[in-house]
Amino acid sequence: MGESKPGNRERAVGYFRFEEETALNIEATSEHTILGADELIINMGPQHPSTHGVLRVKLKLDGERVIGSECIIGYLHRGVEKIAESRTYQQFAPYVDRMDYVAAVSNGLGYCEAIEKLLVVEAPPRARVIRTILTELQRIASHLLWLGTHALDIGALTPLFYCMREREEILKIFEKYCGARLTTHAFRIGGLQYEAYDTLEKDTERFCKDFEARIAEYEELLTQNRIWVGRTRGIGILTAEDAIAFGVTGPVLRASGVKWDIRKAAPYAAYDQYKFEIPVGTTGDTYDRYIVRMEEMRQSRLICLQAIENIPAGPILAKVGKVLKPPPGEVYHAIEAPKGELGYYVVSDGTVQPYRVRIRPPSFINLQAFDRMVRGHLVADVVAIIGTIDIVLGEVDR
Amino acid sequence: MNAVLQATIEFLKLYWAPLFCGVVIVAVLPIIVGYIVLVERKVMADMQARLGPMRVGPHGLLQPIADAVKLLIKEDIIPDNADKLVFWLAPVLSVGAGLLAIAGLAIGPAFQIAPNINIGILFVVGISAMGIFGIVLGGWASNSHYSLMGALRSSAQLVSYETAAGMALVSGLLFAGSLNITAIVEAQRTQGIWFGMLAPVALFIYGVASIAETNRAPFDLPEAESELVAGYMTEFSGFRWSLYFLAEYANMIVVASVATTLFLGGWLRPFSEVHWLNFLDFAPALLTIAIAVYCVMRAPKQPVRVQQLFMLAVAGFCFVVALVLAAPVLLPFLKPSLAAAVQPYYAGIHGGFWFLFKVSVYVYCFMWLRFTVPRYRFDQLMRLGWHFLIPLSIINILVVGVAMIAGEYFHLHGWAMLLVTTPAAIIALVAALAILAADSGRKERDRAAAAPEFYAR
Amino acid sequence: MADEPKEQKPSSVPAGDKPAGSPSPASTPAAKPADSAAPAAPPRAAAPPAPKPPVVLQTPLNNELVTRLRGKFGAAILEAMEDRKQAIVTVECARLAEIALHLRDEGKFDMLSDLTAVDWPKREKRFDIILNLYSFAKNERLRVKAHAADGEKVPSVVGVWIAANWLEREVFDMFGIVFSGHPDLKRILLPDEWQGYPLRKDYDILQQDTAWVKANLGIESGQ
Repeated sequence: MGESKPGNRERAVGYFRFEEETALNIEATSEHTILGADELIINMGPQHPSTHGVLRVKLKLDGERVIGSECIIGYLHRGVEKIAESRTYQQFAPYVDRMDYVAAVSNGLGYCEAIEKLLVVEAPPRARVIRTILTELQRIASHLLWLGTHALDIGALTPLFYCMREREEILKIFEKYCGARLTTHAFRIGGLQYEAYDTLEKDTERFCKDFEARIAEYEELLTQNRIWVGRTRGIGILTAEDAIAFGVTGPVLRASGVKWDIRKAAPYAAYDQYKFEIPVGTTGDTYDRYIVRMEEMRQSRLICLQAIENIPAGPILAKVGKVLKPPPGEVYHAIEAPKGELGYYVVSDGTVQPYRVRIRPPSFINLQAFDRMVRGHLVADVVAIIGTIDIVLGEVDR
Repeated sequence: MNAVLQATIEFLKLYWAPLFCGVVIVAVLPIIVGYIVLVERKVMADMQARLGPMRVGPHGLLQPIADAVKLLIKEDIIPDNADKLVFWLAPVLSVGAGLLAIAGLAIGPAFQIAPNINIGILFVVGISAMGIFGIVLGGWASNSHYSLMGALRSSAQLVSYETAAGMALVSGLLFAGSLNITAIVEAQRTQGIWFGMLAPVALFIYGVASIAETNRAPFDLPEAESELVAGYMTEFSGFRWSLYFLAEYANMIVVASVATTLFLGGWLRPFSEVHWLNFLDFAPALLTIAIAVYCVMRAPKQPVRVQQLFMLAVAGFCFVVALVLAAPVLLPFLKPSLAAAVQPYYAGIHGGFWFLFKVSVYVYCFMWLRFTVPRYRFDQLMRLGWHFLIPLSIINILVVGVAMIAGEYFHLHGWAMLLVTTPAAIIALVAALAILAADSGRKERDRAAAAPEFYAR
Repeated sequence: MADEPKEQKPSSVPAGDKPAGSPSPASTPAAKPADSAAPAAPPRAAAPPAPKPPVVLQTPLNNELVTRLRGKFGAAILEAMEDRKQAIVTVECARLAEIALHLRDEGKFDMLSDLTAVDWPKREKRFDIILNLYSFAKNERLRVKAHAADGEKVPSVVGVWIAANWLEREVFDMFGIVFSGHPDLKRILLPDEWQGYPLRKDYDILQQDTAWVKANLGIESGQ
């Protein structure tokens, strides 16, 4: 159903016009808006304080209202999937941290578990529990960064610094554990390389005990605040049907009312051992996404507290050997990353290098729903909606 | 030639004091504003669990100097097709309006640059409204579509809230009976109660409107960094930008001063007419001595020698100021002969202290609000101004007027006026809540009306 | 080692996947030389002294869903198997959109998790188009594969799941596979004027370098 607009697309190479349709006349539902007389196209360029990375958004405005938008991505494309084909499985592991660099530990968990599935091994119980603890701490850290920057975009200057203060504690734990704060490469295929350092449980417990009061602090500043509610209620509504059709996952999907979390639907690591709730929203607006993520932080804290009570003893690395040659085949493994469903589709041809690694990035797929969420809103809401999807361009572009 | 010289000398003999004050203001106020900015950064840092500027000078105290030097030596970039004259004029207008408004203020009964303007408050409010010209012309002269949009938004906001602010001031003026600043404060002194207590709703309205007047958060959308347009200030760099900045903070001082004069008793001590509370006259001196004592106690804990000496110097300075503040109160007891000579300065020095103290508290509340709440979207901002504040201020004038007439009928004075004004305030408050409730209903209906066109798929 | 029948062994893959399956698919590029004489050695040189019997990872799949699909589409369903307990159905490329619609509506696979491609250059139909589907109601995942030759147009599933819009653009960008029926097929991650399709196996830095040298210096690269 696509008609090319010569004015816009002159430079495109490899662009094809489509006039034929499939036999069933399945109509694509994404519309082209036609440039009318009173419409204005504004460019929120790749460099902008609020697009959380290099994202370009073209907005079609009618006065102050957005009637169409287009996200142009690819500014941070580094060809990670191509690189994977010329690295061994272990050599590729640090690369996945650099995708969602805000939540590197989760990326590592997904990748290591995918390769473990490929190898048909299981990490030992102790490794699984420690992985769970670190991943939940990483979820809290990722949500804290989201909260700080989202509040900053909407104009609340202070929560950013409080969130950074908490995030600092978590990053200190990571640094003590594996030496790095941001791109941690914390896990290995088959388990862990580093044993939990002696005060890991104490540090985590101390953090979790303080964290309850801190979340209350953020909530006090924002949740009942008239201005905050006015800026976020009813903004960027994504209905549940739309969310499922767009393949949106994570807190965005849950805020739209779909109670689904891979940690419960297909538990991995040690999640089946712990009790936690899945927060669900009702309307799918920005405020609901805020509430869902705040509640998720609380639940992550509960998981951490449960996990540190009983870390089983035992080995931390399964016997996988130094040279990994998974039997030929393929696997798709998905985890619940802070941003959504992070999936790894790995095809092995029996050699030491993967034949194909495909990373299903939650931010990329969630960002597609941006156009649906932003239509009809004012220009000032665009920034709030970009913030509420919680994208990391490293993951969108890979 | 001689005649011209004679005339000039005559002129100077008459007006040397205001001229001197004017020169002092234009020279000194930028430095004061610079330090207000430093205070804001430090207060912001404190509320955000960090330290703020610390590197330049002890505890960042030379930061404003460094910023001023940086801004002065920056390259002056003028957009290509900008209107050169207006580009030069716009910041000058803003700053000029702000500084001229300060000229109309009275810090103490004797500290006035333009003594006894009979339209005092009106002069101040009117001149500071002229600053809006500077904003619009700045956006126009930038020759940038986005700057102009930002400037128009900003001026629309300022004009809307000017109306509400003015009407809030009117209800305060009803009690004062005069526009003259000295007369207003005198009225508060004779009645023994601040007008802010008699008309609290007016104080609230003026507070909110003044935040919007000065483009401060939560009403700072036109100049927010995370917006598409960076506002009317985009194309101004270096010194020109610093003029706009200066204008903003000067406006802050002006609105704080107006609110203090009209609602918070100006240069009066709290409970100025209650004689058994006269020991409160020691409060300024005690406060300063407390700061001095704190500095002396913290001095040994400083890590570096220079910092210790600096803290002691600050303590010494505060002690001297404390002496100056205490002098008018103590001298009558210690040396009655000198007391008569000092007496005229008493009201001035203490008045100045109390005035500056109240202005500081008001400005601190501005800063506090900026760091606590997110900002309003522009349509929400305009809705707040037109649908809430203006109706509320009209209702407030009505009820306060009725209260005043009732007060005169029953021959109430001073604190007894509270008997009639408190019910008036309650009525106004109820009206406010009713307006809010009605307005949110309208918002829902607006949204539902727009739904089929925009929100449906 | 991929072609010999193996004994069944309870696999130790974590819960949530499907029960085990049957012999392996035909289209596996043999990168590991098959040891036809000896019984298949364990894939990893593991510590335990006694060689474990080999684990069968790919098994044929014949559950209710497959039966229904075969019933409705017959020969269009080329193959159904499970690899490491994950269900894979290989279908005919030309009927991909139809089958996708059926899977969404009757099969209740309402979410398209991922749409991607794999390049097997030595095969005649070199591209594998992979759709990873998920059903909320049944909490089940399904992988749908279709084979496409270079230049063959693959029907787009944008009409079935809107999520496919950007995903197909990315596959086009990286592999050069054209999806017919896509409203706006243009490059998404690479600049619009990029030449070549990076994730194809015949695209590498050497080729890029040679092309650049030829274009800008007019000589043959000496690499």
